[in-house]
Amino acid sequence: MIMRREILPLSIFLAFAVLPLLGDFGSDAFILSIVTRVMIFAIAAVSLDLILGYGALVSFGHAAFLGIGAYAVGILSAHGIREAAIQIPAALIVSALFALLTGAISLRTKGIYFIMITLAFGQMAYFFAVSLAAYGGDDGMTLPGRSLFFGYDIVQSERAFYFLVFACLIAVYVACRMIVTSRFGRVIRGARENPQRMEAIGFSLFAYQLTIYVIAGTLCGLAGFLLANQTQFVSPAYMTWQRSGELIVMVLLGGLGSLNGAILGAAAFLLLEEGLSHFTEYWKLYFGPFLVLVVLFARGGLMGGFKRLTGTDDGR
Amino acid sequence: MSLTLLYVQTLNGLQLGVLLFLIAAGLTLVFGVMDFVNLAHGVQYMIGAYLAAMFTALTGNFFFGLALALPSALLFGLLLEFFIFRHLYARDHLDQVLATFGIILTLNQAVKVIWGAAPLSVPIPEIFSGSVVLMPGLLYPVWRLVIIASGIAIALLLGILATKTRIGMLVRAGATNAPMVSALGVDIGRLFMIVFGFGAMLAGFAGAMVAPILSVEPGMGDNLLILTFVVIVIGGIGSIRGAFIAALMVGLVDTLGRSFGPSILRAFLDPSAAAQTGRALAPMLIYILMAAVLFFRPAGLFPAKK
Repeated sequence: MIMRREILPLSIFLAFAVLPLLGDFGSDAFILSIVTRVMIFAIAAVSLDLILGYGALVSFGHAAFLGIGAYAVGILSAHGIREAAIQIPAALIVSALFALLTGAISLRTKGIYFIMITLAFGQMAYFFAVSLAAYGGDDGMTLPGRSLFFGYDIVQSERAFYFLVFACLIAVYVACRMIVTSRFGRVIRGARENPQRMEAIGFSLFAYQLTIYVIAGTLCGLAGFLLANQTQFVSPAYMTWQRSGELIVMVLLGGLGSLNGAILGAAAFLLLEEGLSHFTEYWKLYFGPFLVLVVLFARGGLMGGFKRLTGTDDGR
Repeated sequence: MSLTLLYVQTLNGLQLGVLLFLIAAGLTLVFGVMDFVNLAHGVQYMIGAYLAAMFTALTGNFFFGLALALPSALLFGLLLEFFIFRHLYARDHLDQVLATFGIILTLNQAVKVIWGAAPLSVPIPEIFSGSVVLMPGLLYPVWRLVIIASGIAIALLLGILATKTRIGMLVRAGATNAPMVSALGVDIGRLFMIVFGFGAMLAGFAGAMVAPILSVEPGMGDNLLILTFVVIVIGGIGSIRGAFIAALMVGLVDTLGRSFGPSILRAFLDPSAAAQTGRALAPMLIYILMAAVLFFRPAGLFPAKK
């Protein structure tokens, strides 16, 4: 028997699974590529939610990991290495190292200072990418094609790539659920509720928070790998601070501390962006006030509304 | 020759420094006194520049334009405070980040709708146009000197306001412990409003002053905002003195690092490697500085809260 709280995630993933079976949706599989983008940003948002929602660590530099993952693809491709079996580990390892280094420094600070120092590290990554003149500098670079899997060009079609991203999203979602419900995840959530008490009962929170920070950064590096592959283009624009802000918006729109919410938030953000920009060139003129209204009047985001409707609240 | 360049770049660094201070002064108090993360402060700077451009074009005189732009910027800040920000003081930082991020998106787009996407230009006022010879072989634009002088004048004025007046005392007390000030019978809501409006006006003033030398365009405040954050964090949140020192530090390090970084590195590396590393390192210098300061002093150089 399926428990009630599993209905929402199952319907989300079912919707993602059946969508490509319904047809190609116009020229160049337009809708398919939008939904692929939604799933890629859902991975990024889920990873951010681990630290933002579960850890209460407001990181304002998460887009740096998106960029690192993307540049791992770009730089290796520029040297003729298009093999995903090399690119993916490279993206994950560099992301993890960057997270380890910056996290170790950032986590010494609290509150506003933490927000600002993660922002500063994000900007450092951004300017570093801008300075990479050999890899396109400010303009970025176009990739020769999507990554190869064990020498085979199997994700060249939009549909095949869609399923690759879908599989990644499921894997990340399952892994994150295991993390947040584990003993480790409960320590992280405990630190969110009351850090003093957690320290007092003997947990060294720094090590726990650094671990979750590294996990979140690494997973976001995977999203960066996928993003570079989808657009077949890599540029510093992936790691502007505005992009970090957008990732935060996705998590908050969905509802903090909810993995389902992070996926829904990414979908809501990108679909609103796409939808509004069809009607008007000035879509941000409507999206900005919408954000302000969400903060002022709709606390808890989409998941908050969902929980109020169904009366379920299990901390996922 | 290189010494002349050093002087010019030092003056440019000072100019960036006072500019950052004008924006940071208000923002550090908003952060410190109200514990409020305001991402939309860079927008105030942009609005100031646009208002100055508009009023200058209307009146045909920069100083009339400035005189009209300042109260308008103040009014605009107060309206934002009244309708949006005051409802956010009690919220957590994340809500504040989200709402002020929304305001940035809205206003960056709104100025594009109102004034167009093309950059506006403002002529330098007649009496301050041209350059002066500061030293033999050192020519410097007068308007940039005016910006430096007015920034330092305002810093002094703020210093007097903060240390010698009652309202300044209350603001400093608020930055150290706002609930206590409130418990002593001070209308903290009104204090917040004054600080906010004043900060908005200072940022607007900064925008108006640089309007003649930079292009006035949508999003012009975004990157400066990040530099301002660096300043505030290095200086210590809530400290005007810290903001002043950190602003000059950041302005000088950024400007001098960009122009001299590669040539200093050349002493250690071969020329092409030095040029490459210099280009990569120079824009990152201030962030490295910030990370280093926070590593040794997690609350900045002059923290207001003890």
